[in-house]
Amino acid sequence: MGKESRNKRGQGADPRSIQQRSVPYLMGLVQCAVLVLCITTTGLAADIAPTRFIAPNGMTVLVLEQHFLPIVEIHALIKAGAAQDPPEKAGVANLVASLLDEGTTTRSSRQLAEQIDFVGGSLAVHAGEDYTTASARTLKKDIDLGFTLLADILQHPAFPKQEFERVRSQILGEISSDNDDPGHVAMKAFNQLVFQNHPYRWPVNGTEETLSKITLAEVQSFYTKEYLPNQVILTIVGDVTAEQATTLVQTHFGSWKKGAVPYRAVKKPTAIDKKTVQLIEKDLTQSTIVIGHPGISRTNPDFYAVTVMNHILGAGGFSSRLMDSIRDKQGLAYGIMSHYDARVMPGSFWINLQTRTETTNQAISGVLIEMKAIREAPVSDQELADAKAFLMGSFPLRLDSTSKLAQVLAQVDFFGLGFDYFSQYPKWIERVTKEDVQRVAKQYLDPQHYALVVVGNIAKAKVRH
Amino acid sequence: MQTIHYHWRIHLLTALLVFGSISVSLGAEPSEYILSNGMKVLLVEVPKAPVATVQVWYKVGSRNEVMGRAGLSHMLEHMMFKGTARYPKGSFSKIVRKNGGIDNAFTGQDFTAYFENVAADRVGLALELEADRMQGLLLDHSEFQTERDVVKEERRLRSEDDPQGALVEALFAQAFLSHPYHWPVIGWFADLDAMSLEDLQRHYDTFYSPNNATLVVVGDIKSDVLLPTIKRLFEPIPRGPSPKQTLAPEPEQRGERRFLLKREAQVPFVMMGFRVPNYSSEDSYALDILESVLSHGKSSRLYQNLVYEQKNSLSVGAEYSLIQTDPGLFYFYSLVNPTAKVEAVEEALHREIHRLQNEPPSEQELQRAKNQVEASRVFEQDSNFRHAMLLGQLESVGAGWRRLDQYIERIRAVTAKDIQRVAKQYLTQDNRTIGILIPLPPKPPESSPATAQEGKS
Repeated sequence: MGKESRNKRGQGADPRSIQQRSVPYLMGLVQCAVLVLCITTTGLAADIAPTRFIAPNGMTVLVLEQHFLPIVEIHALIKAGAAQDPPEKAGVANLVASLLDEGTTTRSSRQLAEQIDFVGGSLAVHAGEDYTTASARTLKKDIDLGFTLLADILQHPAFPKQEFERVRSQILGEISSDNDDPGHVAMKAFNQLVFQNHPYRWPVNGTEETLSKITLAEVQSFYTKEYLPNQVILTIVGDVTAEQATTLVQTHFGSWKKGAVPYRAVKKPTAIDKKTVQLIEKDLTQSTIVIGHPGISRTNPDFYAVTVMNHILGAGGFSSRLMDSIRDKQGLAYGIMSHYDARVMPGSFWINLQTRTETTNQAISGVLIEMKAIREAPVSDQELADAKAFLMGSFPLRLDSTSKLAQVLAQVDFFGLGFDYFSQYPKWIERVTKEDVQRVAKQYLDPQHYALVVVGNIAKAKVRH
Repeated sequence: MQTIHYHWRIHLLTALLVFGSISVSLGAEPSEYILSNGMKVLLVEVPKAPVATVQVWYKVGSRNEVMGRAGLSHMLEHMMFKGTARYPKGSFSKIVRKNGGIDNAFTGQDFTAYFENVAADRVGLALELEADRMQGLLLDHSEFQTERDVVKEERRLRSEDDPQGALVEALFAQAFLSHPYHWPVIGWFADLDAMSLEDLQRHYDTFYSPNNATLVVVGDIKSDVLLPTIKRLFEPIPRGPSPKQTLAPEPEQRGERRFLLKREAQVPFVMMGFRVPNYSSEDSYALDILESVLSHGKSSRLYQNLVYEQKNSLSVGAEYSLIQTDPGLFYFYSLVNPTAKVEAVEEALHREIHRLQNEPPSEQELQRAKNQVEASRVFEQDSNFRHAMLLGQLESVGAGWRRLDQYIERIRAVTAKDIQRVAKQYLTQDNRTIGILIPLPPKPPESSPATAQEGKS
């Protein structure tokens, strides 16, 4: 929904968004929560108890029955993403993902498209940093086709040479196009400052330089090594019984052979020991500003305290401190938001906004003031109570469609949160105190050592920081 | 407090129409009520999850503005969050948030809409807040000054600094000369500067009344339980004026219009718009299927030919919305592959149009397009928000939600010959406006700082 994303340009809105990849973050999971509220409303909680089993070939299968509409979402999470790109070859995982539906051993790219389009369904593949998703969505009557096509692209991609060349040139074009989006340019620069010598350093789709070095053999080898049934969480949500789903999984994925799970090194981003500033000149009327530093991993025990703190600081939309100060009081920006991208390895923390060139310094100062303030003084009882109430109370909204459910279930499994997550989350949020908020603000926010990127009319902006 | 600009809107509406509709067989038919003050209420019971969306749609958008005050509807939308006597400034979103809800608003050419997505047991609260600000909005001068700066930042973000956004804005300004679809929903800088509190007050007094609004609630509700609450909250609001909604039609276009936009960018962008009818014409159904044949899915013609075969476009599409108050645009766009020539893309688009005019689409293509539309009407209901949006739009543009009933039938009745006929009638040279974004290389910086500097400061 375009309207929710005030800091991502034209998401779901302008024509180019069709090709646009947005900065991924686990919003769905971060905001996820609250059995307590479910009980007080209706029995949604009971609905979020998926059937889970491990198939003989090691594939994790989750099934959640939803019989209100005759639709089915089949969602595969493959535990391999851009973080597994070989050094100097950023973009391999994305290239593999982009080629899955461009031809299999028995279907051409066009045949795959025609078959799914003819029934009004959709087939989508997306590579992220930590994992890749491939999903099929169909009407109930076409569930067999959905399974057939998804199983085919996951198990039998052919990686035809001409499709490899075409898709690579397409991605190179997208990279050029991304350079017309100041927000994208700023994040790309920011990640390179924060994640030096780290797998999260480069954009998921790679760079001009790395893409041109990737060979078809490397694509095939990444696929062979990473795409194993025991690396996959297959989530099925919709108008299907667990029994039917189990049979379908066996029929379509049963012959997929398990393999050795590749080794995963966990790496922390190097702490920023000095303020680092990068200014990027573009002929624009606004400065796009990104400020931040390394953040936390999803399994950090402080995740919930950080979630509450971040909500008060700048993730809480119109009621956050940053929105109140920078937008509502000073009129400096249309949108401003703070983010902790909690991934498998510690991700980053950042605040982003756009302001007219002349107010660049004022906006940066305003942001730093808020970063300092939440460290120096405890938040008010009211702020704490409101933040918790939102985080707990908005849970059902995070799970109100089949595709959202499929994604969140897969993420809960991926991060090993356990399915009592749905009942535990509110308790974890509820437990957060004012002292916790201040403690994690001091620990995970640093208004002295940070990376600052400004994209815009640098000569006129006269950045002082 | 978001805007849906014309381009947002066209995209969204098209998607909605195609994705959206109500399947009677699934029992999701809205219950319709008209309150004593003229407000229309549509309630849809969807018990699948304990959530609901509450949306208030006002029949006012940029089409209801006058020259020199472009952006007034959207500016008022922003001011609607600045408080009433009962719920002072800042309290609206805070209350919604601490009740676990999300609120926002959007403005289009034909409507302004406000929504709260909430847990089902908080619907009453959202209704109370919306009823409260339907009258008695406090318009404060200094709040207005600050909010105007916010809106100007929004304009910079979406139009000034976004090459494609800027081209869309120019396309509408060229295709519509006298009709208000000429100006952008966000408004021009000069008009934003010229706006006064009196303008806002007049706009509010004229258009924000129950008889100019539609309330839509979709979710885990019981209509017969909710209706008394709605009556209690909204019926005390007096009926307002009946604003004039009819506008003089844009005169017929007589000859191609063509323009260039040159600015710093990396990738060229081509748009081609054709003036076409809205829902009130029988031809709108064939145009809708035509759009689907051209651009829905990777097997569609534009993708297969321009992206896959000729490789001259990074992305390509056709957009049409029949849910518009006045006749709008059927437009094509291509994000040009940097390795290709703009001329080649334009020719390729012309070729696709000629092909449609010279031969009807195959039965297979036609059936695919119809299947896509029908499947989408089921998928649409997976989201209460979009379901409600579709109903709100249909009401706001004057089509009425009941048109959905006949929509699928009309879509099914479209023939390959119909598609060929509308392509010949509307996608003509004299009826088209072509806009091309020509990227310029980066300007050298005005003074001397390095373009990228790193280090301590």
